[in-house]
Amino acid sequence: MRTTLQMQLPMPLVEPHRRVIACDSLGPDAGQRSRPVTVQAPGDESGPYTIRAMDPTGHAQADLVTETGVPLHRALGLTDDERDEVVGILGRSPNHLELALFAVMWSEHCSYKSSRVHLKRLPTEAPHVLVGPGENAGVIDAGDGIAVAIRIESHNHPSAIEPYQGAATGVGGILRDIFTMGARPIAVMDPLFFGDPTEARQQWLIEGVVAGISGYGNSVGVPTIGGELTFDPCYAQNPLVNVLCMGVLPTERLVLGQASGPGNLAVLLGSATGRDGIGGVSVLASAGFGGGDEAEEAAKRPSVQVGDPYEEKRLIEACLELLDAKLVVGIQDLGGAGLVCATSETAARGGVGMDVDVSAVPRREPGMADYEVMTSESQERMLAIVTPADLPRVQELCAKWEVRAAVVGRVTEAPDGAPGRLRILDGFDGPVLGDVPAVALSEDAPLYHRPLARPADQDARLADDPGALPAPRDCGQDLLAMLADPTWVYRQYDHQLFLNTVEGPGGDSAVLRLAAPGLPESERGLALTTDSNPTWCALDPRAGTAATVAEAALNLACSGATPKAVVNCLNFGNPEHPEVMWQLSEAIDGMSEACLALGLPVIGGNVSLYNESFGRDIDPTPVIGGLGVIDHLAARPPGVTLVEGGTLVLLDGSGTSTSGGTRPSLAGSRWAVQLRNHRNGTLPPLDLVGHGRLVDLVAALVAEGVAGGDTLVDGIHDVSGGGIGVALAELAVRSDIGVQVAGVADHHELFTEAPSRVVVCTTRSAELLERAADAGVGFRVLGTAGGRRIVIDALVDLDLDEVAAGWRTRLPDLLDGLAPAAN
Amino acid sequence: MAPRIGVVLFPGTNCEHDAVHAVERLGGDAELVWHGATSLGAYDGLILPGGFAHGDYLRPGAIARFSPVMEAVAGYAAAGGPVVGICNGFQVLTEAGLLPGALQKNRGLRFLCTTVTIRVESGRTSLTDGVEVGTELSIPINHFEGNYTCDADTLAELRGEDRVVLRYVDNPNGSVDDIAGVCNAGRNVVGLMPHPERAVDALLGSLDGTVLLGALLRSAGATTPAT
Repeated sequence: MRTTLQMQLPMPLVEPHRRVIACDSLGPDAGQRSRPVTVQAPGDESGPYTIRAMDPTGHAQADLVTETGVPLHRALGLTDDERDEVVGILGRSPNHLELALFAVMWSEHCSYKSSRVHLKRLPTEAPHVLVGPGENAGVIDAGDGIAVAIRIESHNHPSAIEPYQGAATGVGGILRDIFTMGARPIAVMDPLFFGDPTEARQQWLIEGVVAGISGYGNSVGVPTIGGELTFDPCYAQNPLVNVLCMGVLPTERLVLGQASGPGNLAVLLGSATGRDGIGGVSVLASAGFGGGDEAEEAAKRPSVQVGDPYEEKRLIEACLELLDAKLVVGIQDLGGAGLVCATSETAARGGVGMDVDVSAVPRREPGMADYEVMTSESQERMLAIVTPADLPRVQELCAKWEVRAAVVGRVTEAPDGAPGRLRILDGFDGPVLGDVPAVALSEDAPLYHRPLARPADQDARLADDPGALPAPRDCGQDLLAMLADPTWVYRQYDHQLFLNTVEGPGGDSAVLRLAAPGLPESERGLALTTDSNPTWCALDPRAGTAATVAEAALNLACSGATPKAVVNCLNFGNPEHPEVMWQLSEAIDGMSEACLALGLPVIGGNVSLYNESFGRDIDPTPVIGGLGVIDHLAARPPGVTLVEGGTLVLLDGSGTSTSGGTRPSLAGSRWAVQLRNHRNGTLPPLDLVGHGRLVDLVAALVAEGVAGGDTLVDGIHDVSGGGIGVALAELAVRSDIGVQVAGVADHHELFTEAPSRVVVCTTRSAELLERAADAGVGFRVLGTAGGRRIVIDALVDLDLDEVAAGWRTRLPDLLDGLAPAAN
Repeated sequence: MAPRIGVVLFPGTNCEHDAVHAVERLGGDAELVWHGATSLGAYDGLILPGGFAHGDYLRPGAIARFSPVMEAVAGYAAAGGPVVGICNGFQVLTEAGLLPGALQKNRGLRFLCTTVTIRVESGRTSLTDGVEVGTELSIPINHFEGNYTCDADTLAELRGEDRVVLRYVDNPNGSVDDIAGVCNAGRNVVGLMPHPERAVDALLGSLDGTVLLGALLRSAGATTPAT
């Protein structure tokens, strides 16, 4: 006869960790029991859970199953093979705490296990790169003793289910990555992707995300100087919220997130640890959405963290003061996977071990389990490594800023010839709750060569060209439909703080003075842009990503900057779909090709996978953040504007431009995709060599004026979404000056988004054309600026005021009637 | 000697370095004053800069008014010292009772960061001394709670005593009577929502803030109250 032993657990268990049950709480002889054991937690109505067979060691987790029969490691997100690998590393079965540590650290979000084999193909080196990928942020030497740190991240899934807090904590997280490097964050950019903005749910998401960025970013005191706003039905259930942050520091203050010096202390700074965000990396970020099911979303909501910008502001000031006073040996932010990530990564990087006293971690609520404390993603926390001698000064400085500082760890020596251990203890002299090699968590995650497959319909899609679509009855009306002023978004962001913003949001790239308190004096400036082209990447991820890099470089050049480095945020679907892995691999190759051709190192990145819902993957959405340096910033760049009577010149770097003959492709264009819902065709070609010539020419021409000298460029805009038509219309509405253009043959030429082109407004066209000819860049005079109409001969004839009104009111008309999001 | 301006720093303030930079650019000296200070140095003027003092929790300025430094600020103001509250600093001054009225959420209930045109309505305050009435200035605003309000009697008093210092030409936030800035009865304490410190460099788009901050430095140079 089988009998069941009932056991009571000491605390209620919370979804999704209800299934994580302390094996050790069953007692030392649990392994010897041959009968099933049922455990029941107080207040937990969904239990009891039955533990069936036990491993002879008494620690086996594969044997711990829920009533529904799911093994614990799978419930935590590990595969059977991964569990076996953990057993191999430890030489024994892990206990529940150890299994929880591996589950979060080996999650897709933390370990890049599906993408790492591909990311290795990116070029990452250049003489000015001080820190490449793998650290908290990439860092370049900007000259004058100043370094610039930059990083981009996604906060897609949290924002999908809790838009305000999801976006807010996305900002908070990326700021910590930057000041971890010793840099003061001076700018944020937010590329955002939503579904159809006329739908109520999308409006709720847009409203919440923008309010979250505004509410957190403005209050924490870092200007948001740009971003992107993209609408496409593929993001309806899975919006993308990417956040880029840039910081500056005196080069000699550069610090890396590593522990060293056995006996040194790990001090946890900032917020108390609560139950928010437990399993965020594994539950939220490393799985797709079943499809907008409300109960499922509600269940995931506790995995979204809650932000406190005031805590973060004090944390920033305290950490920068600690660094200035040279009171820290190393410092690391707590982000995804919380304390386990910060302690294991700092120890692994420093080649040491760490003892963590889990009982010393300040908590927001009683009754938290050890694994909850170790994996919580509570926001606004940092881990500083300090010497015992400096601890009193560290505590004093933190007290001034009202920042909590608790000693939670000690750096330990690595045993001879073996990696350092991460030991989790209940009191430094208390029992050992978990003991794993630190490096195993952060660096020994499995690497997957997941299967790749070119989509079966790829050739058919390439062959189905939108060129065959009927010509528009009225190109002017189509042009109007493609115009939207993003001011509604960015006027909610403080984009001016720190008195650095020379060119704010809305232009081709933002321009900042290279200045901050504590920095050496500099005449230089920085240009920053984020770019993406998911409709192109959906058609051809390699060419689309290469074109995105090319566009970023050109946008920087339009501000007179020399492109110096890029970071990327790779937003893709489910990596278990071979087509998605093919997209990812192709995108990385395209990025690599473009970066090599344009001399741009990739100094950091983030991969966000499982962006899917209802089994449908989003379009591949690699976002490129571009950073450029302006050598001498003495005058404002001309920007997207016109001057009355100026000549409009199209500069064209593509090798094929002057040869003519081929019809400009409309594949992937706004006109075809947004207005005709035609998503197929063969993209226009990208000539990276010719593009490089154009970037160099444009950067040089604009830099002459920006340095304070004579300029040939009175206004400039790159040709991208919507083609020449939209570029001209935007130039016109932003300057309140009309245009008269001739020689655009048809809607193909008007709306093609062929790369490597800019429109320049100049009052000295002869000199400009000569410079273009000398540089080997194609050119063509389009017409003149002036009057109150937008006229493109035989195609468009619109009243400027009407165009401007439509452009300006599109977003407010959609979004201003909404009740603002509460925080 | 260059006028010496104290810039009050609460935890959560974020425009302190910008205020220091602007003062120095106009030839003044500036020094940060921690909110925990119970006395002030020998300053010729004070700026309460923008930001989110104490996180703006509860309501902007509601906690900051209890910071130790505020007693010293009140004493300094009572002695006739020039005190200017910019944005969050304005909110703090109203909460502290050094200026009348209150700042509520913007009409439209959204944060607004944009450049507006304001008109100088009184040339007899520490921030506008010697500035011609009617002068229009292009100055950035950056606030969620900038919608100035007060009761009818207070409004009548402000108007009657020439204490409306600045008005919006095109009201962005719903402020009563288009008010962008007011002063106290002594005319030495001024609060305004726009950020003049953000408009002191042509490279950033406007120099108009120098008109106001230049006047503050003149006022500061002319008076050195006892502390």
